[in-house]
Amino acid sequence: MSTPILELDNLGKTFEADGHRVVALDGVSLTFNRGECHAIVGESGSGKTTIANLVLGLMPATSGSMRFNGVALPAERTKAHRRAIQLVQQNPLSALNPRRSVGASVRLPLDVHGIGVSRERGARVAGLLEEVGLEADYARRSPRGLSGGQRQRVAIARALACEPELIVLDEPTSALDVLVQARVLQLLQRLRQERGLTYLFITHDLAVVRAIATRVSVFQKGRLVETGPVESIFANPQSAYTRQLIGAIPVVTEEEAKIRNVIRAGTPTPLGTE
Amino acid sequence: MAEPVLTIRDLRLAFGSRRRQTEVLHGISLHVRASEKVALVGESGSGKSVTARLAMGLLQEAPTTHASGSIRFDGIDAIKGGREIARRRGNRVAMIFQDPTSALNPTFKIRGQFREVLRSGNPAISDADADRQAEAALAEVSIPDPKRALDSYAFQLSGGMNQRVMIAMALANRPALLMADEPGTALDVTVQAQTLKLMHELTEKRGTAVLLISHNLGVVREFADRVYVIYRGRIVEHGTTAQLFHEPRHPYTRALLAAIPKISGGGLPDLPERSPDFENPLIVHEGCGEPAGAIA
Amino acid sequence: MSEPGSPVIAKRSGSKAWQAYRSNPLSVAGLVIVAVIVFMAVFADYLTPFPEHVGPIGDFAAMNMGPSETYRLGTDTMGRDLFTRIIYGYQLSLIMAVVVLAIATPVGVIVGLVAGYKGGWTDYVLMRITDIFLAVPPLVLAMAIMGFLEPTLLNGMLAITAMWWPWYARLIYNVTRAEAQEGYVLAAETVGASTMHIIFREILPNCWPSILTKMTLDVGFVILMASSLSFLGLGVQPPTPDLGSMVAEGAKYMPDAWWLSVWPAIAILIIVLGFNLVGDGLREAFEAES
Repeated sequence: MSTPILELDNLGKTFEADGHRVVALDGVSLTFNRGECHAIVGESGSGKTTIANLVLGLMPATSGSMRFNGVALPAERTKAHRRAIQLVQQNPLSALNPRRSVGASVRLPLDVHGIGVSRERGARVAGLLEEVGLEADYARRSPRGLSGGQRQRVAIARALACEPELIVLDEPTSALDVLVQARVLQLLQRLRQERGLTYLFITHDLAVVRAIATRVSVFQKGRLVETGPVESIFANPQSAYTRQLIGAIPVVTEEEAKIRNVIRAGTPTPLGTE
Repeated sequence: MAEPVLTIRDLRLAFGSRRRQTEVLHGISLHVRASEKVALVGESGSGKSVTARLAMGLLQEAPTTHASGSIRFDGIDAIKGGREIARRRGNRVAMIFQDPTSALNPTFKIRGQFREVLRSGNPAISDADADRQAEAALAEVSIPDPKRALDSYAFQLSGGMNQRVMIAMALANRPALLMADEPGTALDVTVQAQTLKLMHELTEKRGTAVLLISHNLGVVREFADRVYVIYRGRIVEHGTTAQLFHEPRHPYTRALLAAIPKISGGGLPDLPERSPDFENPLIVHEGCGEPAGAIA
Repeated sequence: MSEPGSPVIAKRSGSKAWQAYRSNPLSVAGLVIVAVIVFMAVFADYLTPFPEHVGPIGDFAAMNMGPSETYRLGTDTMGRDLFTRIIYGYQLSLIMAVVVLAIATPVGVIVGLVAGYKGGWTDYVLMRITDIFLAVPPLVLAMAIMGFLEPTLLNGMLAITAMWWPWYARLIYNVTRAEAQEGYVLAAETVGASTMHIIFREILPNCWPSILTKMTLDVGFVILMASSLSFLGLGVQPPTPDLGSMVAEGAKYMPDAWWLSVWPAIAILIIVLGFNLVGDGLREAFEAES
C-alpha cells in the first residue's frame, strides 16, 4: 500500500536579496506515498509554494535532495520527469492562453511528449475533456468564454494529458466559488481513484484538507511542524500551530464548532470525528 | 426595534445602452438597524459587491448604468444624492475593503492619512489632537507601538497590521454604519480570524451597525446577527443567523451549506456534478426571497 | 462564476473587437481614408489624369498654373499635374512604409520576445543594444546614415528601418515580460514545451494586438519621417514624386504659387491622420476585447 513515490531528504531553499538571506525551506524530510492525496498546509511564508517549485524543478534546491520512484531527481529535469510530475495552478483565469483554443492547450502535452499518433490526438483531447466533465466540442472554444470552474477543468485535462504519476495541485480551488469548488474537488477525488494518481495538494484551507486529503503535513516558516494521516491530525493535533490553524477556520455547523472549540482549548483529546 | 440606519428598497441596476440593457440587480431589498450586524452573502457575480458600492455612492455614474429603487441612509437617497453620501461617509458611514494594503495610500505615512480621516469628521481638529486620537484608536485595535505605526508607510506594516489600521480609521469618526466588503479575505486564515474578532468586539462595544459583504458562510455565521443570501441579483433567503444555518429553506442556501467542506469529516459533499436545479432562475422566486417592501 | 450547465456560447474573439471598432465613427472614418488612399495609390496608372507626369516630362506651356478645370490642383514648375504627382507620391510613401515595417517589425519583435522571455545575459545584451539605438534622436540617426550613404530611395528606407526596429523591441520586450508571468507560460514550461514553442506559439499571439496597433500608427509616422528626410534633401531624388520633396520644392515659390506645397502638405496630413485614426481604433477595439 505505502510505496513511496517522492521522498524529500533534508530539502532546503534559501533566497538572497539585497544582502538578506531568507530561509524559505529549512531542511525538510518528507515522504509522499503512491496513490495518496498528501496535503501541504500552511500560511504565507510557510514554504509550501517553495516545495511545489522545487518538486516541479522550477528552481534548484539550496541543500538536500529529492528522490522520485527511488531515483534521485536531477536539477535539470529529463523529459520523462517533466511528464511524470504535473501542475494545476491556483488561478484558472491566467492558466490558459486566451489566444489559443481549449483544444490546443490540452493537446500541447501530447505533441511535446509524442503521446499517441498525431491524427488520433484530436480524439484523445476529446476523451480528456469528457473525462473532466466537459463536452468534446469545448476543444474548439476560446478560454475567454469559459467560467472559472470550466477553465480549471481544462487545466486538469491538460495535466492528465501527460499521463502523470504525481500532480502538484497548488490551491486549485481557492479562486473558485464554493459550489464550483465542491464539484472540482469531487472531480479530483474521482480522478485519483480511477487513475491511481498521487496528489501533492497545497492549500491554506484545512476544511478542504479534511474533505479530500489522506495525509497532512503542516508547515510554518519553512519548517515541517507536524505530519500524519488526516484523521489523526484533526482528532489530536500535536502542535500548537496546528491547533491555531484549525481554531481559525470559520465553520458552518454546530458539530464543527464543537470540534473546533475542543481543539482551540488546546487539550489533546482522543476525540473521534468519524 | 431600533430604527434602520440603512434601508434598501427594490434596488435595480442595469448596464448597457438605453435600448439594450442587462439587469444585474433585480430588486434588492434589505435593511440594517442601529447596532445590528447584518451579512449579505453570495458567490462571485451575485451582485453583493455592486449593491455595497451603490449604497456607498461609490459606483461611478455613467450613461451606461441605470439604477432605480431607493437606498436611504440618514434620510438621504444614495441613488439620487450620490455626492451627498460621499461627502458624509467620513463620519456617518465607513467602509473596510478586502485588501487593506492596497486600500491605504502607499505614498503617505499612516499619520497623514489618519489626520485626513479625522479631519473629514472634525475640520477644526489640530494636528496634535488628531495624532493623540489616532494613537488611542490604534491602541484600541491592539497595535503594539501606535507611535511607530503612525510613522510607517503601509508597505512597512504586515497585512494584518494594515487591516487593524483600516479598522481603526473606519471607526475613528464613530460612524453609525460600517460596511465591510470581504474583510481580510486577502489575509492568512489566522490573521483573518483575529481581525474579524476585533471588528466584532469594537462595533459591539460602540453600537456600530455593520453590513458585512462576504462569500464565506463560516465568517457570516460567526459574525452576523442576520443574513441575506443573494443569488444572481436577487435576495433568495433572509433570516436570523441561527434560523438560516439551522433550517435553510431555499435550495440554493441548502446547496451552499452542503458544498462547504466540513472539519467534522464525512468526506466531500454529495453534490450533483452538473448544474443543480436552482440554477434555473425561474424557480428562484418560489423560494424564500424577501418580497420588495417587506421590511418591518 | 457558473459551472458547466450555464450555456456560454463562445463567440470568436474577433467579432467583439470588430464591434468595438465599428462603434467609433472616427475609427471608421480613418478606415475609409486609408482605404481610399490605398485604392488610388494601387491603381494610380488608371485613376490619375496624367500618368505620364510621374517622370521628368511635363508640359512647359502649362507651368506653375493654379487649380483649374484641367489641372484640379494646379501644376508644378515643370507643368506637371499636382494631383497625379500626389497620388504617385502616396504610392511611393506606402511602398516605403510597407518595406520599412516589414523589416523593422520582425526584427524588433524577435529581439523583444527573446530578451523578454530568456532574461539574464541575453536580455542584458539585446536590450542595451536597443537602448543605444533609442538614445540617438531618430532624425539625427537617419541623417547620419544618409550622410554616409548616397541619398537614394533604398538607402532612405534602410536608414528609417535602422531607427525603427528598436521601438518594436522595447514594446514587445515589455509585453513579453508581463506575459511571461502568466500562468499559461508556466503551464507550457511544466508540460515540457520548448522555448521556441513558448515564445512563438504561446507569447507571440498575445503580442499581436500591440504589434498591429503600433504598425498601423507607424505607417503614418514612417511616411512623415520619409517626407522629413526628403524635405531636407536626404531622401528620394527628383524626378520621383515624393510628398516631402514636393513640399520642399514648392516652399521656394510661396506664397505666390501656394498650391505647390500646400496640396502635398495636406496630402501628408490626411494619410497620417487616416492611419492614426485606424491605429487608435484598433487599440480601443483590442482593449474592449480583453
